[in-house]
Amino acid sequence: MTQLTQQILSGVATGAVYASLALALVMIYQATESVNFAQGEMAMFSTYIAWTLVQAGLPFWAAFLLTVLISFIGGVLIERVIVRPVHDAPVLTHVIVFIGLLVILNAVAGWIYTYTVKEFPSPFPSKPLFGGAITGHDLGVICVTLAMLMLLFAFFRFTPLGLAMRAAAQNPESAKLAGIRVGWMLAMGWGLAAAVGAVAGVMVAPVLFLDPNMMSGVLLYAFAGALLGGISSPGGAVLGGLIVGVLENLVGTYLIASELKLSTALAFIILVLVIKPSGLFGRVAIKRV
Amino acid sequence: MSAPGTIVSALPAQRIAGLDADFWRRVLIALAVMIAVLLPWAVSDYRVFQFTQAAIYAVALLGLNILTGYNGQISLGHGAFFAIGGYAAAILMHKLGVPYYLTIVPAGLAAFAVGVLFGLPALRLEGLYLALVTLSMAVATPQFLKYFDHWTGGSQGILLRKPAAPLWLPIGRDRWLYYQVLIVLLIAFWAGSNLLKSRTGRALVAIRDHPISAAAMGINLPLYKTCAFGVSALFTGIAGAMAAIVTGFVAPDSFNVFLSISFIVGSVVGGIATVSGAIFGGIFIQFIPNIANQISDAAPWAIYGMFLLGFMYVMPKGVAGFIKERAIRYRQARESADADEAR
Amino acid sequence: MNFDRRILLIAACVVAVGAVAFVLLGPQKQPGPPVVQKKYGPGASDTEIKIGNINPYSGPASAYGAIGKAIGAYFDKVNDEGGINGRKIKYVTLDDAYSPPKAVEQVRRLVEQDQVLLVFQSLGTPSNSAIQPYMNENKVPQLFVATGATKWNDPKNFPWTMGWQPNYQTEAQIYARYIVSNVKEPKIAVLFQNDDYGKDYLDGLKQGLGNDAAKLIVATKSYETSDPTVDSQVVALMNSGANVFVNVATPKFASQAIRKVADLGWKPLHILNNVSTSVSAVLKPAGLEKAVDIVTSAYHKDPTDPQWQNAKEYKDWLAWMQKYNPNADLASTFNVYAYSVAQTLVQVLKQCGNDLTRENVMKQAANLKNLEMPMLLPGIKINTGPNDFAPIKQMQLQKFDGTTWRLFGTALSVEGS
Repeated sequence: MTQLTQQILSGVATGAVYASLALALVMIYQATESVNFAQGEMAMFSTYIAWTLVQAGLPFWAAFLLTVLISFIGGVLIERVIVRPVHDAPVLTHVIVFIGLLVILNAVAGWIYTYTVKEFPSPFPSKPLFGGAITGHDLGVICVTLAMLMLLFAFFRFTPLGLAMRAAAQNPESAKLAGIRVGWMLAMGWGLAAAVGAVAGVMVAPVLFLDPNMMSGVLLYAFAGALLGGISSPGGAVLGGLIVGVLENLVGTYLIASELKLSTALAFIILVLVIKPSGLFGRVAIKRV
Repeated sequence: MSAPGTIVSALPAQRIAGLDADFWRRVLIALAVMIAVLLPWAVSDYRVFQFTQAAIYAVALLGLNILTGYNGQISLGHGAFFAIGGYAAAILMHKLGVPYYLTIVPAGLAAFAVGVLFGLPALRLEGLYLALVTLSMAVATPQFLKYFDHWTGGSQGILLRKPAAPLWLPIGRDRWLYYQVLIVLLIAFWAGSNLLKSRTGRALVAIRDHPISAAAMGINLPLYKTCAFGVSALFTGIAGAMAAIVTGFVAPDSFNVFLSISFIVGSVVGGIATVSGAIFGGIFIQFIPNIANQISDAAPWAIYGMFLLGFMYVMPKGVAGFIKERAIRYRQARESADADEAR
Repeated sequence: MNFDRRILLIAACVVAVGAVAFVLLGPQKQPGPPVVQKKYGPGASDTEIKIGNINPYSGPASAYGAIGKAIGAYFDKVNDEGGINGRKIKYVTLDDAYSPPKAVEQVRRLVEQDQVLLVFQSLGTPSNSAIQPYMNENKVPQLFVATGATKWNDPKNFPWTMGWQPNYQTEAQIYARYIVSNVKEPKIAVLFQNDDYGKDYLDGLKQGLGNDAAKLIVATKSYETSDPTVDSQVVALMNSGANVFVNVATPKFASQAIRKVADLGWKPLHILNNVSTSVSAVLKPAGLEKAVDIVTSAYHKDPTDPQWQNAKEYKDWLAWMQKYNPNADLASTFNVYAYSVAQTLVQVLKQCGNDLTRENVMKQAANLKNLEMPMLLPGIKINTGPNDFAPIKQMQLQKFDGTTWRLFGTALSVEGS
């Protein structure tokens, strides 16, 4: 197997990690029209919950489902308790609240679980495939991400609740007039995003290993992937995440010193965005004056 | 979403105790300057050093306020301009032997140049996209500093000789540096508030609030937006140069993502789109982490995060915005009371 | 003459009483032969010794905060057992967030406001570089800094700064020697963290290989601590055709690299840096079977390594951890590190006796002779002198056998080259 294929495959594997978190970012953007910078830390915290449950002796899938449920409730609570009070404040105030949430979650996780790296069990066989460029677990992550994508697509497209949530995010006034409880839709959006994040966290933890800073590096890549694919498009976000993963590997291997691989990959993404500001698959936002 | 702030000078001149509000504003400023001048004689050298750092942050935040507050372009990467200023000063001092006080202006200009260059792609990007781009800039800064190690000293950084007070002036090094920083701060704030009050400042605000109308009125959008980036970087770069001189050391680790995040935090907590907010923000990012550490050394950042949330709940428009709102409400209450009396 | 005689008599009486009093009371007060007066620098008194510390409790390197906490826990134990020569240790530890400007600020607080006798175990090369001029200018001991850079052993220019652990370059030189003498036609690939720590190893490796370095090192790849994985780097390094893999990474990334090397079916001589030798935190997450035959070097014991766990030294350490540091991780080598370095400081302060000035602290720190520590490997001895500010200079090679590290060879020393 040539190095090129190996690098692409291993890029797809890390790309799947970015894609799953990017999906959570898109999720919350769909529901609230803002990007939650604490998304990565929320996913990390959910993963610790799953870890605690597994340590307590629960079978993997039971722990997984319970974690997703707890995360959903946690997400709803965070929206109700922490985000709600500043709902009418300017965007930047939201950004600061997200940053506050980020540092609190990170510090509390470090305080409870310490910063020592923990291993996390994988439900998939860890058998290396294709000469080790990718493992059974990586394939599992890709499948779960795609499954999640389809579920979300179906949810937003075919269920009344999904429609109501989209309406609440895009035009709160009209949604209210149509009898949609906008406040609760936002909370639901947070809950769903937290749940998607929990799935992402549990899926990537066996690869990245579990520690409180597990997601801090991933968030930027996921953010870049989401914007590259188009933040309004879940499918675009997943594809964007995969592209970022592969691009980063290729840049690091073939183009220049690996010290600058992140910077170069980001420069590429910025270039794409300058040419196509709504991302590869995003809706072009029409400004009304 | 509503605009991040409101225009300050739109209020009609009010008269308090027979004198107009502008007069009282000047008295307050004079009082604040007097306190700042006398401060180093009331506290220890270590505190003087801390206040020097807070003043430096205030200048950096003023730069960020111009861009993000007044012009509406969000930046999560101003640590990069701080780094450019700091490294420009350090390289001038260390490699070329330039005396420290001559490095501040070139450092600011270097940051200005990079800021303008950066403003060009930013023209095409808004909101979230700009946030991503600036955040990337913050993440990439340490990597670039390490990569060009011939100039920057790589990850080891550059150690600088800290300037001492001249022999004829028996005030000690810390007060000497403090006063120099204070002078730069006063010049920066004077220049900054004049700029914002001028035609240019109004143009920046107009672009933020209604770009299309602004363009229709004949404001050259690309020019003003790029200039806002440049001027903002200029202030932050000057602050970075002073930080390098006062700390006596620059290294890539001094300019990580957390610095950029602190800047936006300080800027919003202090009061975005206000000039005085930069001062409150500088004090916040200098002292709150220390207080958080004092409360809990187990998880200081949890405390810091709670401070952030608390500030945002109580004062969603920042400290300066909060004070302004109170002042307006007080005035309105008095007016209606006066009106009642007159009836 | 009567008058003179009376004075003489009184004087004689006073002398006699004084002599008797000295004989009766003196020796009890001063057991040691040389009668040393008590001398105190800032932060020291009859009852207390104040010690300052800065650690990254927040920020990107917060994992290291465990060291600062463990040191405090050790001092609690010392205080419960009566302190040092009857004086209790007051430990003031502050957060510098791994930011050099913050480190300068916090150290100034320790020295100027809290008035500590010395600053102990300040962590990180950048932070220590930033505070070094200040410490030396103000003549405050910057003792046993927590970094493996080489520059802390420079008593001529920085007589107030001293390192503790073996430096990274020394360690890398040990590996270089091992590679050259054990691998035929070595082709070396290096994975390193892109900062001072990683670069120090790389430099040390090059020095150790001498003139052939450029030829022998066929590929190097770096990673940033913000990178999610190092898979891509490992793939690229394997494709360089190397038969030696030097893994200069912190625990999480070291684990990932070990796993990836095994998954790829690459079978080089795998050399792992000492930073990441923990069996439970590095090798177990990667898979113990994937870590077989990895070579590393060490100077302290791994608390998760079964071979030490029946000895008294380990049990003492465990008892301390359980009583004084119960929330900390028993698998973390940070707690062994903190335990040993705190013991070294206690030894220095014991040697200071009643002369607790900053000058004497440095003098005694530079006067450690063949000191052995319970949780350092057998045969590793701490030695310092007026021209030798590098306390630990020895390391021992070891190889992983699937469950535990097996030491081989003797303790190697390379310092001084």
